[in-house]
Amino acid sequence: MTNLSAIALLTIWRKECQRFLRIWIQTLIPPAITMSLYFVIFGNLIGSKIGQMGEFSYMEFIVPGLIMMSVITNSYANVSSSFYSAKFQRNVEELLVAPVSNWIIIAGFVGGGVARALLIGFIVTCVSLLFVDIKIHSLPMIVITLLLTAVLFSTAGLINAIYANSFDDISIIPTFVLTPLTYLGGVFYSLSLLPEFWQNVSKLNPVVYMVNGFRYGFLGSSDVNHFMSLGLLVGFNILLLGFAYSLIKRGVGIRS
Amino acid sequence: MYALQISELTKTYKGGTQALKGIDLSVQQGDFFALLGPNGAGKSTTIGIICSLVNSSSGSVKVFDFDLNTQSIEAKSCIGLVPQEFNFNQFEQVWQIMLNQAGYYGVSKKQAIPRAEKYLKQLDLWDKRHTQARQLSGGMKRRLMIARALMHEPKILILDEPTAGVDIEIRRSMWTFLEDLNKQGVTIILTTHYLEEAESLCKNVAIIDKGTIVQNTSMKSILATLNIETFILDLAENTDSLSLEGFDYRLVDPHTLEVDIAKDSCLNAVFEQLSNKNVKVLSMRNKSNRLEELFVRMVESGRNSEHKDHKEIHND
Repeated sequence: MTNLSAIALLTIWRKECQRFLRIWIQTLIPPAITMSLYFVIFGNLIGSKIGQMGEFSYMEFIVPGLIMMSVITNSYANVSSSFYSAKFQRNVEELLVAPVSNWIIIAGFVGGGVARALLIGFIVTCVSLLFVDIKIHSLPMIVITLLLTAVLFSTAGLINAIYANSFDDISIIPTFVLTPLTYLGGVFYSLSLLPEFWQNVSKLNPVVYMVNGFRYGFLGSSDVNHFMSLGLLVGFNILLLGFAYSLIKRGVGIRS
Repeated sequence: MYALQISELTKTYKGGTQALKGIDLSVQQGDFFALLGPNGAGKSTTIGIICSLVNSSSGSVKVFDFDLNTQSIEAKSCIGLVPQEFNFNQFEQVWQIMLNQAGYYGVSKKQAIPRAEKYLKQLDLWDKRHTQARQLSGGMKRRLMIARALMHEPKILILDEPTAGVDIEIRRSMWTFLEDLNKQGVTIILTTHYLEEAESLCKNVAIIDKGTIVQNTSMKSILATLNIETFILDLAENTDSLSLEGFDYRLVDPHTLEVDIAKDSCLNAVFEQLSNKNVKVLSMRNKSNRLEELFVRMVESGRNSEHKDHKEIHND
């Protein structure tokens, strides 16, 4: 990477981080409050009635899923709203006019989404420590799954923002696609509780692999093969990053 | 050396609108160049293509011999753009906007800080450096866009209507600033609807209309083609009827006379005739500035000839 590209990348990334830190009341506090409520209601109140989930308490079971859920929603929301705002206010033109390569633009915005996702992941983990002792089975698995998921959903948020023509367009996908996939992605239950047919249907949901891969890192147990989870994450990342690059290169949604 | 070379540039938008019909344009290094044209003529499309905001349909653009398609990093590094519409992040502080801009061009923070201070001071924005951009006045926002465009010290500065909506005092101070910048060797390309601005600042001019360059010459020679100038004379007496032999004139009201003076005729003859009729002239001024007059005539003659062509085609 040339010196010019390194400085440009750092500038975009820093600008993205400053953006979500500047509006911390909108970006950092709500996920902490929402996840605390999940821990209290599902983990403590309802979870105590549910009992064990395999060999783990219900609270231990849902902690990785809830961290992953906040990582997914925040990485997506950060890039989709930031890039769309840049389009809306036209300050994306600053980047198009400057000698910044398309990969650097993608890396800067995705990097900002990953930074917010990791910070939220850390906050939610800290909140969960108030309710349960966290076990760690494989730290590398936790880190790799977390990073790949954050990159994947940041890129998906970028693609959404590239196509978006209004603020409504960046809320449709999270509401009608992302939330159902996450809730049905094994955050709150094990796939083994479902009838075989619905287990097979659930395995078509990519979020299942992310949640379970991440959960394997904590508990050492998963509904799906964790290597398959990693493989799918890598595959989806290559696909979406390539697609985002082709959109930016052709100027879809940003150049006339 | 040419700062900018455009050849056979075309642009057809998705809806089929042909904004540029194969334009050729060259701007010498160090020039102060005006790109003029009526609304919708293709000025903004041309600037958009030069600045990579619009994809061209065909043709080539070279900036200091760097091809915009194949050597885009080098070409883009030479260009600074002051766009027509505010396009900075309204929620960022002035200082941050300046430093971010430097960063996009690979300028280190160590270099960027004194540079930002220099340009903010020169453009009277230093006191506003910690103010959010949205809280600036219109004139300040315009000056911020100029300061921002200079953060990487471009060799060529493109200004698209830089003084639109700015009061005359600030406009004149911006002119002085741009003139100084040009003297330091920066090539400047300006589009403006204030033709007085183009006439007083620019050495060369191109006029674009309906996606075609209709004139590309020096400001001096284009002004030399102006055959008739209209003068307004403020008269002392109430004059209900007046006749001037050998001149086209209009009595706008009993105190105001408009006279068209051909390039080869003499103003003295007008005054002589008015003195003979005991009409006193209090003051005299140009109806519009010379370039404006020429521009209007050029565009109107284009429209008329097109109208005539249509008529002929219709008659066939």
